Amino acid sequence: MRLKTRRNTPVWLIAVLPILSILVAFIFGAFFIIWAGESPITAYIALINGALGSSFAITESLTRAIPLIFTGLAAAVAFRAKFWNIGAEGQLYCGAMAATLVGTGMIDLPSIIMIPVLFIAGALAGCLILLLPVFLKTHMKVDEVVTTLLLNFIILLFVNMLLEGPWKDPMAMGWPQAARIIDNGVLPTIVAKSRLHFGIIIALVMSIIMWAILRFTVWGYEIRAVGYNQQASTFYGISINKSVLMVALFSGGLAGMAGVSEVTGLKGYLTLTLSPGFGYTGIAVAMLAQLHPIGVIVSAIFLASIYVGADAMSRTVDIPNYIADILVAISLLSVLVGSMLARFRIVWGK
Amino acid sequence: MKKLQFSKICKNFGAVVANDNISLSLGEGEILSLLGENGAGKTTLMNILFGHYISDKGFIEVEGKRLTPGSTKASLDAGIGMVHQHFTLAENLTVLENIILGTEPLSRLWSKKKLAYKKLEALSKRFGLLINPDAKVADLTVGEKQRVEIIKALYRDASILILDEPTAVLTPQETIQLFKVLKEMVNAGLSIMFISHKLNEILEISDRIVVLRHGKLVGEVATKKANKELLAEMMVGHKVTRPAYEKLEIGKAVVELNNVCLNASDGTVGLSNINLKIHEKEIIGLAGVSGNGQFGVASILQGLTHPSSGEFKLFGQSLIKYDPRYLTKSGVARIPEDRSKEGVIGEMALWENFLGEELRSKAKSGFIIDKKKAVNNAEKLIQEYDIRCEGAFASTRLLSGGNIQKLILARSLSNNPRFIIANKPARGLDEGAISFVQHQIINAKTKGAGVLLISEDLDEIFELSDRIAVIFDGKLQGPFDASSLTINQVGLMMSGEMKEGSFNEA
Amino acid sequence: MLELLELILTTSLWAAVVRIATPLIFATLGELICERAGVLNLGIEGIMTIGAMAGWLWVYQGGDLWGGVVFAAIVGMLFGFLHSILVVYLGLSQHVSGIGITMLASSISYYAYTMIIPFSTTPPKIVAFSAFEVPLLSSIPIIGGAFFNQTALTYLAYILVIVTFYVLYKMPLGLTIRMAGENPVANEAQGINVLLIRTGAVMVGSALMAIGGAFLTMSAFDAFYFGMINGRGWICVALVIFASWKPGKAFLGAILFALFEALQVRAQLIGADVIPYQIFSMMPYFLSIVAMMLVARRAAYPKALLVPFRQGDRI
Repeated sequence: MRLKTRRNTPVWLIAVLPILSILVAFIFGAFFIIWAGESPITAYIALINGALGSSFAITESLTRAIPLIFTGLAAAVAFRAKFWNIGAEGQLYCGAMAATLVGTGMIDLPSIIMIPVLFIAGALAGCLILLLPVFLKTHMKVDEVVTTLLLNFIILLFVNMLLEGPWKDPMAMGWPQAARIIDNGVLPTIVAKSRLHFGIIIALVMSIIMWAILRFTVWGYEIRAVGYNQQASTFYGISINKSVLMVALFSGGLAGMAGVSEVTGLKGYLTLTLSPGFGYTGIAVAMLAQLHPIGVIVSAIFLASIYVGADAMSRTVDIPNYIADILVAISLLSVLVGSMLARFRIVWGK
Repeated sequence: MKKLQFSKICKNFGAVVANDNISLSLGEGEILSLLGENGAGKTTLMNILFGHYISDKGFIEVEGKRLTPGSTKASLDAGIGMVHQHFTLAENLTVLENIILGTEPLSRLWSKKKLAYKKLEALSKRFGLLINPDAKVADLTVGEKQRVEIIKALYRDASILILDEPTAVLTPQETIQLFKVLKEMVNAGLSIMFISHKLNEILEISDRIVVLRHGKLVGEVATKKANKELLAEMMVGHKVTRPAYEKLEIGKAVVELNNVCLNASDGTVGLSNINLKIHEKEIIGLAGVSGNGQFGVASILQGLTHPSSGEFKLFGQSLIKYDPRYLTKSGVARIPEDRSKEGVIGEMALWENFLGEELRSKAKSGFIIDKKKAVNNAEKLIQEYDIRCEGAFASTRLLSGGNIQKLILARSLSNNPRFIIANKPARGLDEGAISFVQHQIINAKTKGAGVLLISEDLDEIFELSDRIAVIFDGKLQGPFDASSLTINQVGLMMSGEMKEGSFNEA
Repeated sequence: MLELLELILTTSLWAAVVRIATPLIFATLGELICERAGVLNLGIEGIMTIGAMAGWLWVYQGGDLWGGVVFAAIVGMLFGFLHSILVVYLGLSQHVSGIGITMLASSISYYAYTMIIPFSTTPPKIVAFSAFEVPLLSSIPIIGGAFFNQTALTYLAYILVIVTFYVLYKMPLGLTIRMAGENPVANEAQGINVLLIRTGAVMVGSALMAIGGAFLTMSAFDAFYFGMINGRGWICVALVIFASWKPGKAFLGAILFALFEALQVRAQLIGADVIPYQIFSMMPYFLSIVAMMLVARRAAYPKALLVPFRQGDRI
């Protein structure tokens, strides 16, 4: 078996790939549903109904997509430069902590200033925590995958410590959660009788900004160049270390914003259950989007619908909602295979 | 009976015909040269012989027995050994480990190392190939690594030895040594196939010569009846015109290296007290066996490293802080050693690679890429330098080596540079492309540029250079007037046997 | 100071050290074998999870303990095979594929567990491996009782350290595995199928990771919990670097790491009033980062690690 380089990748193939991948995931997912003793068709109908069956369901799916857009962008921009930031989960909590620190009474400004301040604080926190892996990578040759992964655990323990200690809200009846964000810091909902909040607008704007940066600017060129080929990038005079730092700042900042948006838009306060793995799911979002910032919007909404739908399904049909994680993981792996089929053809024989 | 017989081998890759009905044979105790340009189909033929590819038509016989197609193991078991041009050795393992790899059944519960030592010693003695079996490959010289490759083949009791461009990395003296060993092996009954494009060597070593061109076998001559001109024409298909050398009145110094030192790092040699002055309108050839400090010199002149001490003067100005972008902007043309990995980013479009070195200086307010201008410029240069491609938006990885080199030349030479650092610019190209590259460099010289040409190919160095410097172990000798040197002298300096002072500067 | 010394000299501490170290030894060896063949396996965290789950499930369903170990190993192997198809045969990003495998294996574990035990608040227990003394060796003062009064799985881990060393350095097979991680082209030139060697190494390595996970449910504890691997897989990836890809050093690294962990747990009990326990719990992760910092700069990575090999595509 050999792989032969395709001369051209048809555009339709690139567009169809993510859809095919999700289809593959649903086919494999069917086996797990059968294993649980249910009919895949009933289950999937319940899932689709739960995700898109009513206007409330749709707003729920969109709400769930907000943090995924942020973490998806965080992974997309980092992976473009082959900087393997797997720490979006931790950076998300850093952003949430910063929002809590600033937003629970430290300052009180009109919403129009307060909200940007919270987002900037959260982005900075996400960046800051990534500086350690970046420094270790550029100066001590420590692989960033493991450091960013390990930092996730450290940060979660740190949040745990704050919530059981100094930040514990005495009004929360013993639950480990922080005080509420003050009213001026809370993101308004944009659809009546739903939880869909202003965060989605911010997420969309960030996607467009990232798209523009990657496509039209010197930074975008450098990020892509470093991801493709470090040796040639160096030859072109692009500093690898500076580019990695830049990418890390974007990536960490975006992941931090995910945390701010969840705290200020959805929950209203910091808890340990703020993110059910949004950081990790962001990787799948980015890969399904083929690392394209606009594609991230679509794939985030898609995966969010699967999660929301699976939650609903597990209430009606007797299937654990972990089915959503399985579907997401399979679609991640199949889009990975698909992206290769777009670049190569498999030739059997020698 | 023939030792090895190829019969009517055909192999197509899509529309490309790599081997077209090739039949040839190798007799016992014979040295057969396989001559051909890069891309003539030599490599494909060898890949078929070793089972990496399966031919579409035709078959191979060893001593009259058909070889199982597509099986490397079958070829090895039939007694065919190959010395690859790019060594297939693991640097972190020992010589012995590299040699015994694959010689024992994988199910065996322990390696019989004692036996291996004995066999190795016997082989070394028999052919005069001395090597320390416990040395780490990383610590060996290029010549010694090649010796390991040869022993590796002999260790498996090969009776047919294929050598792929074996002299490309050797000094002239090492080449003589190698030829002696080859003669001994032939006397001991081995058959040898010698693949090369160096005409002098082929005429010296072989009994018979076959020539491949564009995938076809175009000629077969006994070495006695062959001469250089005939072979060159057979290989290329037409008369070869290399640019004529012309000495020009030199101008001001463009580059000066004064006592430049560089610390050794990551397995590369450092530089000690390099002094070199390059003037307008001259080409200085830097000869040397790869890995003796060329990397350091090139890195400094290309802006990728700074000297750890000493002075780098460019156009009369002493540089303190500089980077590739600064050099490009000041009028330095940079031709990198590895054109497809370092010179371009394969995944990016042609227009983006044309922009590469001048990304920031050509961007609007240094930030927004002026795509329209960049694409126009790329299209102009594609025309001007006749780059065969599917347009400015095509992916660069689809280009052939020769066209990638054209892209790099177009990018760097179209700015009328005053200094050119060219690192092995013709390596691995076919005759047409080589001649194009050399013409471009000579034209630039005529227009007033100073050139430093780094190469392992002494023929090329002697053809193009006004003066020649030799680098060995991070130390530079010369430059000397090219007309006052012989290839032999340069060879001795390359292996460090001729020390400074033993030769009077001309 | 004296107290610390006294603590270090107790058998109970060392017994805990060995217990903590055992899963790390299995998984570190597993990762080491994969990386020696040139493949980074970030599926480790998920494969440990599903190994823990599979071993437990087998016994919970009435199977015997060793059957559970074998079952866990087979499941691990399957995921190793999946990883191989993606990164060895198709040459895809080893980072992304590994993370994907981890996501898939963990979610399948949790899915299966929730499906089988839908509404239980206390995880059902199984009868786990019990410890037994090795005659003679267990009578060595302090460490004898610690190292040689353990369950059979721990002894298996000791044996595997030696076996891995032996295979890698003394057998022709080991040479080809190391070559696959250093210069796969050399293997191909000798007629050895690199893809097969790499796939085999990844599958065996993944089996060891799964057994490491199974140790947790079948020996260290006697039930399956959510998040019970808790980053141990990632720590093992760091340990492989710390051990410079050598089995003996991997063993020592795991023991050293476990010693810190055991001391940390004890310190947590003593210092809980002054310092929040979370600070102590962070230590293993910090320690892993520090361990990598110590060696990364001069680490002799297998040269072909992360580099996909494409047959015949080399020229």
